[in-house]
Amino acid sequence: MNEDLIFHFDVDGSDFTSAGQASVQLKKNLRQLGISPDIIRRVSIAMYEGEINMVIHANGGEADVAVTETDITITLRDKGPGIKDIDLAMQEGFSTATDNIRSLGFGAGMGLPNMKRYSDSMEIDSVVGEGTVITMKINL
Amino acid sequence: MKICQIKDLLGAKVICGEDMMDRHVYSACGSDMMSDVLAYVKDQSVLLTGLVNSQVIRTAEMMDMVCIVFVRSKMPSEEMIELAKDSGIALLATDKRLYEACGKLYEGGLRGNGVKK
Repeated sequence: MNEDLIFHFDVDGSDFTSAGQASVQLKKNLRQLGISPDIIRRVSIAMYEGEINMVIHANGGEADVAVTETDITITLRDKGPGIKDIDLAMQEGFSTATDNIRSLGFGAGMGLPNMKRYSDSMEIDSVVGEGTVITMKINL
Repeated sequence: MKICQIKDLLGAKVICGEDMMDRHVYSACGSDMMSDVLAYVKDQSVLLTGLVNSQVIRTAEMMDMVCIVFVRSKMPSEEMIELAKDSGIALLATDKRLYEACGKLYEGGLRGNGVKK
């Protein structure tokens, strides 16, 4: 790869059923680049959890994925309610998702911990009432 | 264990992926919570679940899983079947409950083998 590649995705927040489409597309894009399956899986899971979070909590948002020679950086931006207590949100098992979301298989309080688990570094920049920006980096 | 053995052990019906019956699976997990599934990485594994929505298929795809078994006689929608076909995932359905279905596969030699990152 001579030039950095950026993939942009709009995440529709209105429909839970379609959540994850961006992650599926990203996975296809990364496969075409010949990136190792192990890395692709980590990027895909991190992106997917992030996408689900944006749909559940923030009525959607957008994702940019930058691929360089050394790493893949996922940036997720939403205009949702923001995260009041990030340390609390990072605890496994903590969730503010509704029972309805739990009945759909999410809201176990594993989303953010999973995103951190699968990335080499993760930063959360959140302002209550304005939105959240999450940056995850996975080294190649 | 081959997917066809899973089918036999669970008396399961093949919904799609007839051509994948000879594929090997090396691990399995049973859960209705997709984020719990996403927390443990396994290779060529099978997911047993009573949850029926598109996110089950996408979760399996993200995890590079090769087979999903729906328990308690749950049946996926046409849309889900199409998603699974696109992703190369075999779908099975059994009338067994999650606990019993997992137990039968475990007894048959299929272990958990998940690695928490």
